[in-house]
Amino acid sequence: MLGSKRYRGGVHPVGHKADSRDDSILTDVPLPPMLYLPLCQHTGDDALPLVQIGDRVLKGQKVAKANGRLSANLHAPTSGIIKAIDTITMPHPSGLPARAIWLEPDGQEQWTELTPHPDPYSIPHEALAGMVEDAGIVGMGGAIFPAAIKLRQGRRFEIKTFIVNGSECEPYLTTDDKLMCERAKEIVEGAKLVRHIIEAYRTVIAIEDNKPEALAAIRQAAEGIGSIEVVAVPARYPMGSAKQLIQAVTGHEVPAGSRSNDIGVLVHNVATVYAIQQALIYGKPLISRVTTVAGGCIAAPRNVEALIGTPVQHLFDSCGGVTSAPSRLLMGGPMMGQVLPTADVPLIKGSSGLLALTRKEVNEHVPAPCIRCGRCVNACPMGLLPLEMASTSRKDDFEGAQDAGLRDCILCGSCAYVCPSHIPLVQYFEYAKGEIRDRRVGEQKMLRTKELADARKARIEAEKAAKAAAKKAKKKKAKPAKKPEPSSEETA
Amino acid sequence: MNTTAAAAVTASPHAHDRSGVDRIMLNVCLALVPVTGFGIYLFGLPALLMWMLCIVSALASEALCLWLLQHPMSRLLDGSAVLTGWLLAITLPPWSPWWVAVGGSAFAIIIGKQIYGGIGQNLFNPALLARIALLISFPVPLTTWAIPYLNPDLGQSIQILLGNMPTLIPTPDALTGATWLGDSKAAMKAGGDMTEYLSSHFNVMDAMIGERLGSMGETSALLALLGGAWLLKQRIISWHIPVSLLGTLAVLALVTSTSEPERYAPVGFHLLSGGVLIGAFFFATDYVTSPTTKLGQVIFGMGCGLLIFTIRTWGGFPEAVAFGILFMNSLTPLIDRVTKPRVYGRNRQGDVIKHVPAQRRVN
Repeated sequence: MLGSKRYRGGVHPVGHKADSRDDSILTDVPLPPMLYLPLCQHTGDDALPLVQIGDRVLKGQKVAKANGRLSANLHAPTSGIIKAIDTITMPHPSGLPARAIWLEPDGQEQWTELTPHPDPYSIPHEALAGMVEDAGIVGMGGAIFPAAIKLRQGRRFEIKTFIVNGSECEPYLTTDDKLMCERAKEIVEGAKLVRHIIEAYRTVIAIEDNKPEALAAIRQAAEGIGSIEVVAVPARYPMGSAKQLIQAVTGHEVPAGSRSNDIGVLVHNVATVYAIQQALIYGKPLISRVTTVAGGCIAAPRNVEALIGTPVQHLFDSCGGVTSAPSRLLMGGPMMGQVLPTADVPLIKGSSGLLALTRKEVNEHVPAPCIRCGRCVNACPMGLLPLEMASTSRKDDFEGAQDAGLRDCILCGSCAYVCPSHIPLVQYFEYAKGEIRDRRVGEQKMLRTKELADARKARIEAEKAAKAAAKKAKKKKAKPAKKPEPSSEETA
Repeated sequence: MNTTAAAAVTASPHAHDRSGVDRIMLNVCLALVPVTGFGIYLFGLPALLMWMLCIVSALASEALCLWLLQHPMSRLLDGSAVLTGWLLAITLPPWSPWWVAVGGSAFAIIIGKQIYGGIGQNLFNPALLARIALLISFPVPLTTWAIPYLNPDLGQSIQILLGNMPTLIPTPDALTGATWLGDSKAAMKAGGDMTEYLSSHFNVMDAMIGERLGSMGETSALLALLGGAWLLKQRIISWHIPVSLLGTLAVLALVTSTSEPERYAPVGFHLLSGGVLIGAFFFATDYVTSPTTKLGQVIFGMGCGLLIFTIRTWGGFPEAVAFGILFMNSLTPLIDRVTKPRVYGRNRQGDVIKHVPAQRRVN
């Protein structure tokens, strides 16, 4: 109930985290022969290129600018020559092409001029948010929502609790874990900066209790800095989901259909906070990120800090290569990650992990009928009835699916993880959500068409009337002497 | 060099807890091994033959239905038909004739399960439904209980299976004894005293170990508990249904028997006789026919306990477990509907929870 810090449901997937946790973050990945920078690595529209083919760009130079509110800037990850602005295969299950800037590194790593800020606290809040926006920072836990927008929203609302999300509940991924271990000072500094920008009352760095080293490192770094709490939350998927984390930290639930800032909470991922710190202190734009390269097919799984745009295959190779043909390639974790059509796609800002899984790890089976065991109901962290949602979605009864909980589903996949019948529940939900969205768009389109048609009709009629009136007026003007009609009759 | 994934596009998650319907069924079968083995030890070869016949005919009926419905034959391997046949076998008198076993299994699979649409769709537990259908249609063979340790040889066993039971055994009147439940009920009707009956007939040790009359699965309380413990340990079932069922029955028995001990049976008698334990752990917990929510399961278990007590005490049939569970099966959809969990961010009615909106700043 309200006020309880334990959220219901959830699952304990096998972690597989030890494989990539042992080694430190690999920072000297050799430059790939070509970097591919997709123009859309964020929620909004494609960024607009600022460079032309043949241009030489410097490391950190802005190469594309945000186009609209939800868009984000893009910077050159290294110095080199723009070879093309052309389509590439995107790191997305569809494998659909999208536009990208092709940058051939020249190997000189020559930085553009950065403007460090030794004392960012003296800068006005709004300007700091602007600097985050300028650095092209998006949510790096996979949400890819522009960070500056969240900061500005945070300024508009009274933020009681700012949560730094270090839970990292997805199996295999140790990106945030390693980042917290190795760059604890920077993360705490970043948390301080964000707290300063949004003027939060309480700042909590929440870390799952299966990361004792990260907890210790952050605790040590936060020592002596006032009012930054470091909280160990129980390791249970999906702890990293904002709604569940907010409940675990504050005891409050985000009302259905509301955002977390409506109840005075703001959540940022640790990697995002780190990027914000780098941008505000050193003036560095977001041109690289730490990502976990793991899975049963990877020879030496570990975390790498790689330039945005590096081909995934290049990163696999720098981790010892692929030992056997992977059954599935993923971007992100296995619970909510996206299938990659091939390894010839670039690393993007939202790639928290790159996984090459064996057949055994994926454990795919032919779906069997539901036996109503109820495991999905108990696993659902939102309190929904996944079995009902699936059976109604299958029958295209979307109203029924919404009632059974589809409208509140966060697509975390806990239900499908525990389903003994191997029913692809999330696939049904995504299908149903897509259909509902399409229908709504269709309805809105129809409504808009009708509005436009009505408006057109009204306009034409008005024009007609105006014309007629003008004619009349002209007539009147032409023959003003002829018996002037009384005005009362005209209006009658 | 270049890595491409073999699989087609699939939605997340790309991990699984490695559970499976076949594993669940296998675990339930494993949990049934002790009671079944003991039943075969007590009642000899005829029981073994009857048990095998139930399973084979359940599989055959399932195969027939899958073939008619053009479903994949691989579904035979999920173990659900084997389990249904097995569960039916342990509810039947151990020396049941062949046509009871075959007819019962066919009824369970065809009428009890496949007519509803196959696995997961049936409203009632197929094995219990079949048992009740048999009990109502053929009351005599369904209430003819063999005495333990008669140990007929193979030839005699086949004769028993063919239905020629009474002529073979030297002491035919020893065969058709009644179970404690039936016996005590008859004694009560004849104006007897419950305390008197119990002191002369009922014995806790016998009930625990199981050297008594009954169907294969209901004689030994200890082994039934062992099977139930295995299911709990393997997390195939949760405690909610068995505990609420047994608890309700125990409380009702305690209240009535302390107030009128000469009329009502005590707690131990209720819990240890008949199929209560096997029913609470193996039949009431059937996934398909019991509620999915924990609260629903508690309500379901309490309902079963109440009905078992009521039918046993005041009903016409001595054995009430099957009726009680079947009745509650029919209420499962309703229970599921009223015990829907509360959705995150909403109240029980499904409305958005109220909150004090974070105030906008004035800057």
